[in-house]
Amino acid sequence: MNGGPGNPTGIDLYYEDLMAQSKAAGYHLNPDSGFVKALVEGLFLNQERYGYPSCPCRLASGRKEDDLDIICPCDYRDADLGEYGSCFCALYVTQAVLQGNARLTSIPERRPPEGSRTRNETPVREMARPSLPVWRCRVCGYLCAREEPPATCPVCKAAKERFERFL
Amino acid sequence: MAMIHVEGKDHGNLVLYTLSTCVWCRMMKNFLAKMGIGYDYVDVDTLGDEEKTQTMDEVRHWNPQCSFPSLVVNGEQCVVGFSEDSVRKALGL
Repeated sequence: MNGGPGNPTGIDLYYEDLMAQSKAAGYHLNPDSGFVKALVEGLFLNQERYGYPSCPCRLASGRKEDDLDIICPCDYRDADLGEYGSCFCALYVTQAVLQGNARLTSIPERRPPEGSRTRNETPVREMARPSLPVWRCRVCGYLCAREEPPATCPVCKAAKERFERFL
Repeated sequence: MAMIHVEGKDHGNLVLYTLSTCVWCRMMKNFLAKMGIGYDYVDVDTLGDEEKTQTMDEVRHWNPQCSFPSLVVNGEQCVVGFSEDSVRKALGL
């Protein structure tokens, strides 16, 4: 487990940060702290390898523009929480899972296979255009109408590059 | 390709594709170890570019979603993801 090149202090800090951030954003981490720490080691290693914390349970391409959707928290987390009670890695779980001690298993991959991944670059047509562009956070769905997306999502703290043009 | 062999009881030809960082992959390996079953595995994220592309073509053949872990049993079927039940069923445990 400690075979990676990461330094333990960094991993500990990452873990603490993740706990604080998810709590502040209203998300719950898996109550199994050993499980979470193993995932955090993977996130930390990926941060070192690629320069961004891509999902430890998915193979990153190493090209940030192709991996944006799997930078943790990934674009698929909320849909998986809704359908299965956990994200793909089971790093995040729902309140219900947290309280019910449901046994988690690995869930199907929701990310489309390579070659069929799309990102909204052009907003819906045939609608009255709002006076400002509307941006959507692909991580949590937050919408805002302004010239540019915010530097950080005020709800889930995702970075600006995780936004897409919605309207 | 650099498959790593884990010694154990023969339950057919088992080829396991994993990521070194993936906890479900780790649970799959732990389960096979607990059952004392022999298998070959490769941590795809640790491979060089050329080997990685080659290996992903193999994974794609068995599991078009290319998710991990993928356990190919006797070159016939592929167990995707980890659940003890599906591994038991595939291996007749």
